[in-house]
Amino acid sequence: MNTASNHDAHGPKSGIMRWITTTNHKDIGNMYLIVALAMFFVGGAMAMVIRAELFQPGLQLVNPHFFNQMTTLHALIMVFGAVMPAFVGFANWQVPLMIGAPDMALPRLNNWSFWLLPFAAVMLVSTLFMEGGAPAAGWTMYPPLVQQTGDAFPFLIFTVHLLGMSSILGAINIIVTIVNMRAPGMTLLKMPMFVWTWLITAFLLIAVMPVFAGAVTMLLTDQYFGTSFFNTAGGGDPVLFQHLFWFFGHPEVYIMILPSFGVISQVIPTFARKPLFGYASMVYATAAIAFLSFIVWAHHMFTVGMPISGQLYFMYATVLIAVPTGVKVFNWLATMWRGSMTFETPMLFALGVVVMFTFGGFTGVMMGTAPTDVQYHDSYFIVAHFHYTLVSGAVFSVFCGAYYWLPKWTGYMYDEKLGKLHFWLTAISFNVLFFPQHFLGLAGMPRRIPDYALQFADWNMVSSIGGFAFGLAQLIFLWVVIKAVRGGEPASDEVWEGADGLEWTLSSPPPYHSFNEAPKVS
Amino acid sequence: MGDAANKRVTVQLALVVVAMFGFGFAMVPLYDVLCDLTGLNGKTGVASAEGLDGVVDEERWVTVEFTANVNSQLPWKFHPNQKRIRVHPGKVYAASYYAENLSELAVVGQAVPSVTPSRSARYFSKTECFCFNQQRLEAGKGEEMPLRFIVDKALPKEITTITLAYTFFKSEGEG
Repeated sequence: MNTASNHDAHGPKSGIMRWITTTNHKDIGNMYLIVALAMFFVGGAMAMVIRAELFQPGLQLVNPHFFNQMTTLHALIMVFGAVMPAFVGFANWQVPLMIGAPDMALPRLNNWSFWLLPFAAVMLVSTLFMEGGAPAAGWTMYPPLVQQTGDAFPFLIFTVHLLGMSSILGAINIIVTIVNMRAPGMTLLKMPMFVWTWLITAFLLIAVMPVFAGAVTMLLTDQYFGTSFFNTAGGGDPVLFQHLFWFFGHPEVYIMILPSFGVISQVIPTFARKPLFGYASMVYATAAIAFLSFIVWAHHMFTVGMPISGQLYFMYATVLIAVPTGVKVFNWLATMWRGSMTFETPMLFALGVVVMFTFGGFTGVMMGTAPTDVQYHDSYFIVAHFHYTLVSGAVFSVFCGAYYWLPKWTGYMYDEKLGKLHFWLTAISFNVLFFPQHFLGLAGMPRRIPDYALQFADWNMVSSIGGFAFGLAQLIFLWVVIKAVRGGEPASDEVWEGADGLEWTLSSPPPYHSFNEAPKVS
Repeated sequence: MGDAANKRVTVQLALVVVAMFGFGFAMVPLYDVLCDLTGLNGKTGVASAEGLDGVVDEERWVTVEFTANVNSQLPWKFHPNQKRIRVHPGKVYAASYYAENLSELAVVGQAVPSVTPSRSARYFSKTECFCFNQQRLEAGKGEEMPLRFIVDKALPKEITTITLAYTFFKSEGEG
């Protein structure tokens, strides 16, 4: 990389061109995180519309079609615009720092994978202003319903293509970096857990994103070029799309949760002041979860009509995932056992994940069981389940990692008081928001419907109040981040008393080009 | 590690991406094969020569029920002429549907069959069916839609009722 080494001599360019042309992993990490935060608020605003409409039975604020656009876009934006880019941002910042590499292995590709993202995001949001409205058939895009989308239809498909390209390129970059650029002495089984989980996540991404891209391409050709992949009249089968979608979709949920496990596995040892318990078993458990994620997809489809043998297989395989996940949870508990724990904001969020994500895992076992799933399917129970895994799992982990690394990235301590306030408001309002949805689902309230029967009114009102509180609480996070970027108490190099790893040997903030000389790892 | 190593791993990973993109499309024929083997999506078989050995299982009765649906794009009326028939496995039976074009234009339709329970699909064969071809109905005209079918003697014992459903779709590109 001759050009890269020539750049080492000087710092970043000034002005807007720095951000457009940057190949620096720290710059690109920042941009990913900023986009993720912005999209988190865009997707969150849509959730507020959903909860406002569901505050009372009847139709008050929006028409049903717009309501469905909100649920669809909320999901797509949160998954592809907020959670995934946030973790890629973490990976950009932390993977090179943690393995002692000067930068990502493919810095120019890194720039491109980032810059695909804002264009895709703008394209997706712009569908709101198109004839026929934004996509409204759910983020799962099942045909034939999704084919009733108006002018937004091809834009939806191309958004998926762009986002897919962005994630695939990002994933390739991460794998090449981890495989080729580790500091001398850092063997695979000495890598920090966060790096391990991202390595495995990146493999999931390159394996399933192309399948998803293919599936939506088939939707596109069915719509405009007369093919019949999913068109029954022409001999196709819409259920095939569901198989293809969930072959992508199930690993996708692990793409969002494995990096979360990585963050938690860094944070808990730091604040328990003990090394991670069962490191090797953590690595194997992560790999086992990733492998199992490929062979359980049809548990999302128990109700489409499946032979009993198929239901049994997918049920057993699904419930098997509880084993490696349990290994991880117990290892976190064992890490904390008799540790000298302190409860700074990152640790609070990590504990929130351990408690609430695990709860989401339990409801997952309930739904993985084919006979009971028939009741929960497409009800508010599943909505509660996946928000417990993806909000109190993935989003809490993003907060956890952000608070944990913010002092390292900015060089300033964030406001601990505000951080704790953010945690407690978030954790409490989250449970007020989503816990009642279990009851609503069990009582039979279907998801993606703007109106509901009167007996669901009370819990919906509670849930909406929790939702508004949750939304407002996130403004605190925005303020904490802005405050920490602008200044504050300078952070030490190590930042946290119990922190361990190469990134803490650098100054806070680290120099623009770090580890030009590879550190030695014993 | 230098550029060469990075390039090698990048190319390998790019090949994985291309292969997985192909795998998505390979799932299409694989799914059809799997459905043929298991009857997963209720698609019916076409009778083979072995299925028609002429021996009839006089001991056993199976009820075959008929239902009809019309896709919302197709301005047709469509219903079976009989609700159900009691049949012996191994014997060929005739049944019929009636379709009528309610619009003022000639329309071409295609009927797509589906059999429930899906496990019985591979044991239900049609020797003749209006669903084998596209059907053209002139404006306002109605027509009988005949089919002949045979239930395989190997049909699992616990299955006593088979439901045959047809959905008529508007055929694209013609009519």
